[in-house]
Amino acid sequence: MSSRIRSVGLDVGTTSTQMVLSELSLENRASGFTVPELEITDRQILYKSPVHVTPLLDESHIDGEGVRRIVEAEYRQAGITRDRIQTGAVIITGETSRKENARAVLDALSDLAGDFVVATAGPDLESRLAAKGSGAVEYSRKTGKTVLHMDIGGGTSNMALIRDGEILDTGCINVGGRLIRFDEHGVITWISPALGHLFSGKVGQVLTREAGQALAVTLTQVLEMAAGLREPDASLEAMITREGKLLNPELLTRRPVISLSGGVADCVENALPWTAFGDLGPLLGQAIRESLLCRGEYMLGRETIRATVIGAGSHSTQLSGSTVFYQNIHFPLKNIPAAVVRNIPGDFSEVLSRQEGTAVLSLPDLGPMRYGQIRDLAETIARAVGKGPVLICLQQDMGKALGQALALRLGPSAPILCIDRVKLGEECYLDVGAPVGPAIPVVVKTLILGDGRKA
Amino acid sequence: MNKQELTALVAEILGSLNEPEQKEPGRKEPEVKGGGYRPKAPMPEQKDTGYQDGDFVPDVTQLDLRKLYLVENAADPQGFRRLKERTPARLGCGRAGPRYKTLTMLRFRADHAAAQDAVFSQVSQDFAEKNGMKEVKTKCRDKEQYLTRPDLGRGFDEKAAQEIRSAIPGTPKVQIVIGDGLSSAAITENAMDCCKAIQDGLKLRGIDSGNPIFVRYCRVGAGDAIGDITGCELVCMLVGERPGLVTDKSMSAYITYRPHTGVSESSRTVVSNIHAQGTPAVEAGAHIAGLIETILQKKVSGVGLHREAAL
Repeated sequence: MSSRIRSVGLDVGTTSTQMVLSELSLENRASGFTVPELEITDRQILYKSPVHVTPLLDESHIDGEGVRRIVEAEYRQAGITRDRIQTGAVIITGETSRKENARAVLDALSDLAGDFVVATAGPDLESRLAAKGSGAVEYSRKTGKTVLHMDIGGGTSNMALIRDGEILDTGCINVGGRLIRFDEHGVITWISPALGHLFSGKVGQVLTREAGQALAVTLTQVLEMAAGLREPDASLEAMITREGKLLNPELLTRRPVISLSGGVADCVENALPWTAFGDLGPLLGQAIRESLLCRGEYMLGRETIRATVIGAGSHSTQLSGSTVFYQNIHFPLKNIPAAVVRNIPGDFSEVLSRQEGTAVLSLPDLGPMRYGQIRDLAETIARAVGKGPVLICLQQDMGKALGQALALRLGPSAPILCIDRVKLGEECYLDVGAPVGPAIPVVVKTLILGDGRKA
Repeated sequence: MNKQELTALVAEILGSLNEPEQKEPGRKEPEVKGGGYRPKAPMPEQKDTGYQDGDFVPDVTQLDLRKLYLVENAADPQGFRRLKERTPARLGCGRAGPRYKTLTMLRFRADHAAAQDAVFSQVSQDFAEKNGMKEVKTKCRDKEQYLTRPDLGRGFDEKAAQEIRSAIPGTPKVQIVIGDGLSSAAITENAMDCCKAIQDGLKLRGIDSGNPIFVRYCRVGAGDAIGDITGCELVCMLVGERPGLVTDKSMSAYITYRPHTGVSESSRTVVSNIHAQGTPAVEAGAHIAGLIETILQKKVSGVGLHREAAL
């Protein structure tokens, strides 16, 4: 069996808004004599939009109408309609996620983009998507090298440490090319509050090349500290984003391969006029070129400015295992918070009591299980959840067995979803699409917007 | 005999081996080809293994082969380890001169022995009774005959047929049969977990299934004979697979629609590789229940079912 699904990615970032359309090929990799195993075998990009400037109404509001017009025009250009999109993700990244109407714009866009196009934000996911979209994860998997990927955008830098193709940790700091903007006369029109005391200039003053260069070097040193290449000082601490964090320094004891993406990465090997974009991008790129980051093994991503949007379009959706169970579920399910159960059965009632509304129970890996143990587990879960819908997410391959055991206890009218081979941690949210053959497409995401409010 | 006496005895035997044989006069010493060979290089010094005589060495079968990499001074050991994660094959074993290392040799022989044991050993006598099943035997007299006469493992004598008839009253739609096949270890380990998951799955779908039955000295074809005897619509046989060196506990499910003696092999749907490192028995069972429902709906199993699905 092989089939294709169309996936859209939309990234509304600090500086740019972009769209990509890709096609994911799904194939049953198992032989005809074993249990099916559906996998995503290929990701083909069908269409890449040009890079649009993110339309803003003012400093604290995104121009939702403007973004909508961009998306509609790009859909027409790509020759695609909403009903032909099976999956995808809209992501609001960097500074833009801190705008007051970010949440509303995001939700409206995800509805506009397609039925199962998920809305998401948050530095952790952003870092993961950029690392995948840039090709850094694949590079690490193929070569076995440890890679530190840095996606340096307009407002933030997203970092992901990758070993053997697996993302071990992510981090995010307020370093970007557009923390300062100036007009054609070099007059500063905006200074990001994130810069704090690192920059003493004022709006209305003229930015000299020297002052810009000095700031670019300072910001680059912060990047070096975050990468574990320079002894950290107070400036690193000051640049941690409100909802972000640094990479675990213990993972950075040996110098990894540095991989760069984001708009600033395009300015690393291309020396552009420093005033080219009315921001710090070209100077920052050149400062990085001269820095410790590029002394030693480093690379530019296969995708640079588009890394995050390609990540959102091609890498946000994953497939569950191919033996799963569901009944009376109306797909798609959106924004279901994860309730992580660590100890069974002790934790169930406690974990459930902390949740308002429906949550998906994420169970730990329980090792090989006898059928009797699965029956007991089903009994425990059935007692704990009472009536309501039962949504379960497992890592080990036993979703169908547990699901049918639950159905026998809860009856044929109970809504039950039991998927496996999906890792779902704390602070994660799950979106679940309609089944594709024997498997179910899911998106695991973090949804924390800039104001710390959970969406 | 105490330890001292034993030590003395061993010393005596060893001593006698070293004593030059008394040559009988007039008898020629036998000429052995290569008998004059003496190694030119000195024997390597014995390495200290850290073990004392009488210690137990760790169980070699407990080592995870996918993580075991024995090549010394490799250029890229991490790279090789990553490749090894993806295959159960015995790669990266290193060597001692032109031969395997001791560990590789011991593990190979241990796995081979386990595979042989799985074939030659019996599913325990109380297996069926403990799990509330009736046990019947095919026409085979014993294991030896079973291994040498596949034809006898596919049928029952009249007495066994009677037993089957009384164990399975009426005409069930679906009959689950558990057969030892070529691996008793596979059945002991997986059959009941899988069987219970199938039964629950069938119950959930409202499909009637008879009491499962255990067949000793069983080939897949014995299910066809059970089809003849009971007239059931479908037989699902859980049977031990011929063991290999990767696992001795792999089980398969053969599902046959309208089973009868002489049915073609291509009309069976098979789910193989049911074991802890393959498809877990419980999950396989849940999958098989769904598969049985599909087969009953389409009224076809085996190649015909694949053709149906492709249309």
